[in-house]
Amino acid sequence: MTQINFAYLNEQTKRMIRRALLKAVAIPGYQVPFASREMPMPYGWGTGGVQVTAAILTPDDTLKVIDQGADDTTNAVSIRKFFARTAGVATTTETQKATIIQTRHRVPEHPLTEGQILVYQVPIPEPLRFLEPRETETRTMHALEEYGVMHVKLYEDIATHGHIATSYAYPAKVASRYVFDPSPIPKFDNPKLNHCAALQLFGAGREKRIYAVPPFTQVISLDFEDHPFEVQRWDTPCAICGSGTGYLDEIITDDAGTRMFVCSDTDHCATQAALKAGPNAA
Amino acid sequence: MYVAVKGGEKAIDAAHEYLAEKRRGDAASPELSIAQIDGQLALAVDRVMAEGSLYDRELAALAIKQARGDLIEAIFLLRAHRTTLARFGTSLPLNMNAMRISRRISAAFKDIPGGQVLGPTFDYTHRLLDSSLLADQEPVRAASADVPLAASIPRVLELLGQEGLIEPAADDGQPAGDITEEPLDFPSTRDRRLQVLARGDEGFLLSLAYSTQRGYGRNHPFVGEIRFGCVPVSICPEELGFEIYIGEIEVTECEMINQFHGTADVPPQFTRGYGLVFGQLERKAMSMALVDRALRVAEFAEDQIGPAQDEEFVLSHCDNVQATGFVEHLKLPHYVDFQAELALLRTLRKERET
Repeated sequence: MTQINFAYLNEQTKRMIRRALLKAVAIPGYQVPFASREMPMPYGWGTGGVQVTAAILTPDDTLKVIDQGADDTTNAVSIRKFFARTAGVATTTETQKATIIQTRHRVPEHPLTEGQILVYQVPIPEPLRFLEPRETETRTMHALEEYGVMHVKLYEDIATHGHIATSYAYPAKVASRYVFDPSPIPKFDNPKLNHCAALQLFGAGREKRIYAVPPFTQVISLDFEDHPFEVQRWDTPCAICGSGTGYLDEIITDDAGTRMFVCSDTDHCATQAALKAGPNAA
Repeated sequence: MYVAVKGGEKAIDAAHEYLAEKRRGDAASPELSIAQIDGQLALAVDRVMAEGSLYDRELAALAIKQARGDLIEAIFLLRAHRTTLARFGTSLPLNMNAMRISRRISAAFKDIPGGQVLGPTFDYTHRLLDSSLLADQEPVRAASADVPLAASIPRVLELLGQEGLIEPAADDGQPAGDITEEPLDFPSTRDRRLQVLARGDEGFLLSLAYSTQRGYGRNHPFVGEIRFGCVPVSICPEELGFEIYIGEIEVTECEMINQFHGTADVPPQFTRGYGLVFGQLERKAMSMALVDRALRVAEFAEDQIGPAQDEEFVLSHCDNVQATGFVEHLKLPHYVDFQAELALLRTLRKERET
């Protein structure tokens, strides 16, 4: 078998994806169709994100890959290895050292900076999909900026439960135009998207869509005046690093159901733990 | 004290090693060769090539071996490999009349010019387990007919067409679309639909085809003709301007004769459903033809009553590489989202108590 091209995809495919990316950046939040390819990992495993990363990766980049906020989850390991092997790029687990971060389900806790690119893996790019299953319909709704059905859904949640019952993949509006799906990140992360200094790219491989939030772009989570958007809070800080600022995962530690809460962002947790230990600690 | 789980990388490597051991099976029994898979599990190879959308028997057999016989996994391997291949040309339309026929039957007429050619088929076998196959067999050599087949065998639907009894299969001159180069858009076109169906999951299309027979979008089908054999493939490089024969492939073609239809301008005539797949996959070719016809519902202004007639539903869900990926991705960690749901549910329950 022949030598595989830098970052797996052939150059024609990368050019096709880059064109879609340019269009996506030019129209924030708009879902650009692209001729997604079969990748050597299954659909649903982040093929959209992998194709976006493959198309933007240069030999000088430093790549970080996280899944559920962690660098050491199986899928993050697998994707990081894939690019280390097919592109030979440097990899890191440190948010600040990465030029490209591919993520599934989280935004890093450490604020991103100019020049960094955050690539999201997206399962269902269409925020209206579970309200209207047909693509022909949802495309028209976006074109007409017809988002009433989404507000009705959120209102019905409040009427039924007293709260908006969407806790992740929480819909937001980009640059006062398109309602978009920030991918299944917890709504805790939504505020980080607003006026983020980094370029945010979203790739949905199976659904063949790419969209983007350019740097310093307004991203407003949908809400109501009397039911403002709010994020998850925890009563206790992280049991490992003591930080009270990050998103926490719940761990069941014994058969009796004892629980503890720890940072989902492993890099953030390690950094905070080191700070707490002080400069003299090893 | 809880320690965050590390060592995912080591665990993955160990799991892969275990998989390799299981793939090999009992070390005392001889290893399967690619040639054995190609030769003796030929229909599995056909299916993997068809749904993998790549005609290469050796690679398909390799994929089946690597996938431990899981055909959807093998199809996926072939598709992923296809991504790495550069395209150097597009073949000219296949000439089905030039097929070297191994099998050719019609259910619409008892006798047809060129004859009914049964070929290698399970159709008339009794499905009794053959215990003699438990042991190695002497190779069978089938006898050839005394009279060779005619060089060119007319197509049954063309015979009907001469009387105007069936809608013409006209070439509109437009280049055929390619869903691997341009993402599918809705409403789609018949050429793109056929491409999706040709790559679609055999089981899914079979069930949809079956549903049309049970009343969910009935289209009164007759098998006009099924043919299986080798067809030559040619390309015409732009810089040369003449055709070059590059080889031949085995395909199965199914032309279905369906419910007649007429308008104020056109007298009643039968309509068509078309199926074409790599290899000898009659079940798939027939299912494809039935679903193709079902999806022409708008063209004939028919009532849409069954899922097989719903273009967006059928085309969005018939690809098993996509389907298996998204279903199986539920195995990946979802604990961040689950935590979000847990927290919400606890809040709702607490508020209910107070």
